[in-house]
Amino acid sequence: MNPVVRRHLTDKIVVAVSFAVTAAILAVLAFILGTLIYNGLAAMKLSLFTESTPPPGSAGGLANAIMGSLMMTVLATLIATPVGILAGTYLAEYARGNKLASVVRFINDVLLSAPSIIIGLFVYTIIVMPMGHFSAWAGTVALAIIAVPIIVRTTEDMLSLVPDTLREAGMALGTPKWMVILHIGYKAAFQGMLTGILLAIARVSGETAPLLFTALNNQFWSMDLNAPMANLPVVIFQFAMSPYADWRELAWGGALLITFTVLVLNVLARVLSSQKKRAA
Amino acid sequence: MSTQIFAPTISGTAATSLGDDEAKEKIGIRDLRFYYGDYEALKGINISIRDRRVTAFIGPSGCGKSTLLRTMNRIYEMYPGQRTTGEINVDGRNILDPKEDLTRLRSNIGMVFQKPTPFPMSIWENVAFGIRLYENLPKADLDERVHWALSRTALWDEVKDKLNQLGTGLSGGQQQRLCIARAVAVKPGILLMDEPASALDPISTAKLEELIAELRDDFCIVIVTHNMQQAARAADYTAFMYLGDLVEYDTSEKIFTNPADKRTRDYVTGRFG
Amino acid sequence: MDEAPRRKGNARSRIGDPLFKWLTWSFTMLVLLILGGVVFTLVEGSIPVFKTMGLDFLITAKWNPVTDQYGVIVPLVGTLVTALIAMLVGVPTSFAIAFFLTELCPYFIRQPISIAIELLAAVPSIIYGIWGLFIVAPYFQSHIEPVLIAVLGPIPVLGALFQGPAIGIGMLLAGLILGLMILPFITAVTRDVFSSVPAVLRESAYGLGCTRWEVVRRIVLPYCRTGVVGAVMLGLGRALGETMAVTFVIGNAHRLSTSLMAPGTTISATLANEFTEAVGDVYTSALIGLGLVLFVLTFFVLALGKRLLLRAGH
Repeated sequence: MNPVVRRHLTDKIVVAVSFAVTAAILAVLAFILGTLIYNGLAAMKLSLFTESTPPPGSAGGLANAIMGSLMMTVLATLIATPVGILAGTYLAEYARGNKLASVVRFINDVLLSAPSIIIGLFVYTIIVMPMGHFSAWAGTVALAIIAVPIIVRTTEDMLSLVPDTLREAGMALGTPKWMVILHIGYKAAFQGMLTGILLAIARVSGETAPLLFTALNNQFWSMDLNAPMANLPVVIFQFAMSPYADWRELAWGGALLITFTVLVLNVLARVLSSQKKRAA
Repeated sequence: MSTQIFAPTISGTAATSLGDDEAKEKIGIRDLRFYYGDYEALKGINISIRDRRVTAFIGPSGCGKSTLLRTMNRIYEMYPGQRTTGEINVDGRNILDPKEDLTRLRSNIGMVFQKPTPFPMSIWENVAFGIRLYENLPKADLDERVHWALSRTALWDEVKDKLNQLGTGLSGGQQQRLCIARAVAVKPGILLMDEPASALDPISTAKLEELIAELRDDFCIVIVTHNMQQAARAADYTAFMYLGDLVEYDTSEKIFTNPADKRTRDYVTGRFG
Repeated sequence: MDEAPRRKGNARSRIGDPLFKWLTWSFTMLVLLILGGVVFTLVEGSIPVFKTMGLDFLITAKWNPVTDQYGVIVPLVGTLVTALIAMLVGVPTSFAIAFFLTELCPYFIRQPISIAIELLAAVPSIIYGIWGLFIVAPYFQSHIEPVLIAVLGPIPVLGALFQGPAIGIGMLLAGLILGLMILPFITAVTRDVFSSVPAVLRESAYGLGCTRWEVVRRIVLPYCRTGVVGAVMLGLGRALGETMAVTFVIGNAHRLSTSLMAPGTTISATLANEFTEAVGDVYTSALIGLGLVLFVLTFFVLALGKRLLLRAGH
C-alpha cells in the first residue's frame, strides 16, 4: 500500500476508535445515572425521609441515615475547614522554598489519594478501641481526615495564584503580614477556596469505607454523637448486599440521594471556579 | 527605546542646582549596598532626596533603580536571600535598623506599583483599608477622608456613584489612581512610585503626570521610570543609575540638557539602553 | 465596615504575626502527624500477627480464623490482579479520551465532555458497587461470560483464565469496574500533560504534514512520557486501594483461582467485610497487617507517580 494512504488510513482508524471510546464512556455515565434515577425514583416516597431504617421485611425509610450523614458531614467539614485552610496558608504564605514545606506538600498529596479504608483503620485504632465502642465522633474524625488534604491542596493552590504585587501593595501600606493574608489573600482567593471546601464535602458525603469501622450503623434514630450512628453509605452497603427486596429498594433510594448531592456539589464547585477564571 | 533627542520642558520652581534648593532632606542614603544572594545589585549608593520635590530615577533595565526604591520601605524583606548594608535615613532616622517597626515605617511611606494593585474589595474599602489600620475614625470622618483622598487623586467625580463596587472593575488608569489615593489616604510623608505609568495608555499617563505635579507640594515623591520624557516632564531632580551605581544626580534640566557624565549623555540621547 | 473599631490596635500589635505564623505552622504539623499516626498505628497493630505468624504472614496463602493462621497472599494477589485488569482497561481508554479531547474535539464541546468525564470521578465508589452488582453483573453473567468461556476457554494457557461457571461477580468484573473508576483520574492528568506540550512543537509537526495520530505518537507522547507514566501511577494507586465497588462485585471468597471469573477478594474488600466481625487479637491484627501491606504498596506507587509528575513539571 502507498505509505501516504496507509498513514492516513491509520490516522482515520485511530481517530475513529478514540471517538468511539469517548462516546462509549459518556454513554456509560449516562447509563449509570439512568439506572440510578430509574431505580431510585421508585423509592422516593415521603416515608423515605420521615421513617427510620426498618427491620427486614417491613417498610421504612432512611430518615435516621440521612440525618446521621448530614450531621457527620457537617461536623467533619467544620473540623476540616480551619485545619485545611490554616495548613494550606502556611504552605503558600510562610514556607516558600522551604524543605519542610515540600515534604508536607508531598505527604498531603499522598494522603489525598491514600485508600480511605486505611483512614478507617487508623481512626478505629485511635478512637474506637480506647473508647470501647463505635461512635459518630469516630466517623466524623475519619471523614475530617479525608477532607483535610483536599482543602489544604486547594487553599495552597489558590493562595499561590494571588499575585505577589497584591501582597506587596498590602505590606507597603504598613499592613502586618497576617492581616494581609486575612484581608487581602483570603479575599482574593475566596472563590477558589470555597470550591475546595465544596469538593471536600462532595468527596466526604459519598465515603463509605472509613465509616464501616467508625460510625458503623444504627437501626434507630439517634442524635448521640457518642454512639454508633446510621449513615447513608453504610446503610446502602448493608441493604444492597441483603436478600430483602424492601431493603434493596431503600438502597437504591439512598444511592440516588447521595449521587444527586455529590453531583450538585461538584457542578456548583465548577461553576464557582469558572466564574473565578472569567473575573481574573 | 526612543532615539530622539528631546528638549525637556521643566515646570515648577526647581532650583537650577541642588545646592540652592531650600527644601530639606527627606531621605538620606549613605553607602547603600544591596545583595540578591551573592550578587551585589547596588554598589554603594549615596544620595540626598529632598522633601516636597519629585525625584526620578532613570537608567537601563537591571541598573538597580527599582531595587533602590524597594529598599526605601524595606519591602524587599518579604523575600528570602535579599539583604542590604549601609544607611537609609528618613527624617534623620536610619530605617535599616533591625529594630525598626516595619509596619509603622511602611504606613508612613506610600508605594505605587508598575501594575495597578487594587485589593479585592470595594472602591471605598480600598481607600479606607490603610486608614483603618492605624487610625480609629468614626464612620463620618472616615468617609470624609476617603472623599479627600479620592479628590486629591482626581478620581472622586469618576467613582462617587460606585463607591461600593469592586475596585478591580475600574479601568487601568482609574485603578492606578485608586492605588495612589489609597497610598495618599494614610497621609504618608513619602510616595514611592515604581514605573507607575508603564501599564497605562497615553491619556491615563498624562493624567497621572498631572496628578504627580499636583501632589508634589505635599509629599516627597520618588519615581522610578524607564521613560525619559516622563522624568523630564514630571521630576524636579533626576538620578541616572547604571549597573548598580548612581552615575549622576542633578536637576532634571541639567541631566537632560547638559549632563556631566558621558554615560548619562549616551543614555539620555538614546545611544544605549 | 463596623469591623473598624475591632481592628484598632491590631496593626500596631507585634504579636499578631508570630501568633498567626505559629497557628498555621501547628496545623501544618498536624497534617504530618496524621500520616505519622497512620503509619504508627498500622505497624503497631500488626505486631501480634507477625509474632504469631512470623514472616510467613507475607508469603502464605492461608487465611483461617479458626486455627488462627493468616497470610496476605490471597487478598494481595486479588488486589494486584484486579488492579492489573483495571489498568489494562483504564489506561488505553484514558489515552483515547485524552487524545480525543486535546487533538480532535471541537472547542465548544471540549469543556462539557471534560466535565462529564470528571463527574464520573465524583460519583461515589459505593454507587459503582451497587450499579455493578445489580445492573452489570446479571448481564455479564448471561451475555458476556458464556461467550468468553466458549471463545477463549479452549485456547491453551490463556484459556485457564476463562474457566468455570458464569456467575457474573468475580475478579474480572471487579477489575472492569475499577478500570471505569480510575479512567477519569488518568484522563484528567493525561489531558493536562498533553496540553502542556508547547504549541509550536505541535504546530511544526502538523506543518511537516504529520497526521493527528502521528503528532501524538511521535511528538506529544515522547515529550511528556514522564508525566504520562506519573498519571498512570496515580491511577494504579487508586485502583489498589479502592474498596467499596470491589467489595460489591468481587464475590468475597478467600481463595486463589486461575480463572478470572471466579470470585476472589482484595485487601480492602477483606477489611471491609471482616474487620468489624473479627474476634481475637490475632485476627484483628492480621487485618491491620493487611492494611499495612496495602498502605505500603499504595504509598510507593503514589509517591512514584507524584515524583514523575513533579519532574514533568506538574
